[in-house]
Amino acid sequence: MSVKLVFLGKLADLAGAPDKDVPGPLDWQGLLDALPGPLGEAVKGERTRVAVDGKLLADKTALSASDGDEVALLPPVSGG
Amino acid sequence: MKDVRILHGELSPGNAMTAFSAAHPEAGGVVSFVGKVRPDKDVEELELKHYAPLTLAGMEDLADETLAHWPLDGLLLHHRTGKMKPGDPIVLVAAAAKHRRDAFEAADFAMDHLKSDAWFWKREKRDGEWHWIDPRPQDHADLKRWKA
Repeated sequence: MSVKLVFLGKLADLAGAPDKDVPGPLDWQGLLDALPGPLGEAVKGERTRVAVDGKLLADKTALSASDGDEVALLPPVSGG
Repeated sequence: MKDVRILHGELSPGNAMTAFSAAHPEAGGVVSFVGKVRPDKDVEELELKHYAPLTLAGMEDLADETLAHWPLDGLLLHHRTGKMKPGDPIVLVAAAAKHRRDAFEAADFAMDHLKSDAWFWKREKRDGEWHWIDPRPQDHADLKRWKA
């Protein structure tokens, strides 16, 4: 088992893939460690939101994901 | 009452409106809005991406909020995802009500929120290259109209 990271919008381009499996459990520092370079910078940006299993986190630095969870990284939406 | 969908294939506003109107024979008026891929000579293709766990739930919440504000007989929110060409319909919003003013306002409210708040990411292909689209300041200004 692992934690599945899902990259939306331009984050998928920066990641080079739509998703990535990382070992759980995963906290905020672990997430940043797993995403070096421009991708990590973009995820740190204040307009990028984080959701765990479809639930938005009010404070993404409080991330606490376990094996089997899906962590979505959400850049600002472009609108419908 | 509400008909909220994310469409992975074609959106046919005519067929959807015929069905919606038939489903609400009690309504005195039906207002609809169709948003299309804006024809722009530089844009060859448009792709809309969504994240299912958030996007559909967000649209359902928006429908509930709209229904709570206006006395409607029915509300329809259909949004496409995937690749589209200029001129293709992307979004259809429709409101059925006893009186027209409620239907107009509800459709306007739902559309402004879909444009700026919904979980969609958009990119355009120009000269064979894809470019992600940032939100337009106008969309956020449109949203503020409802927060006074």
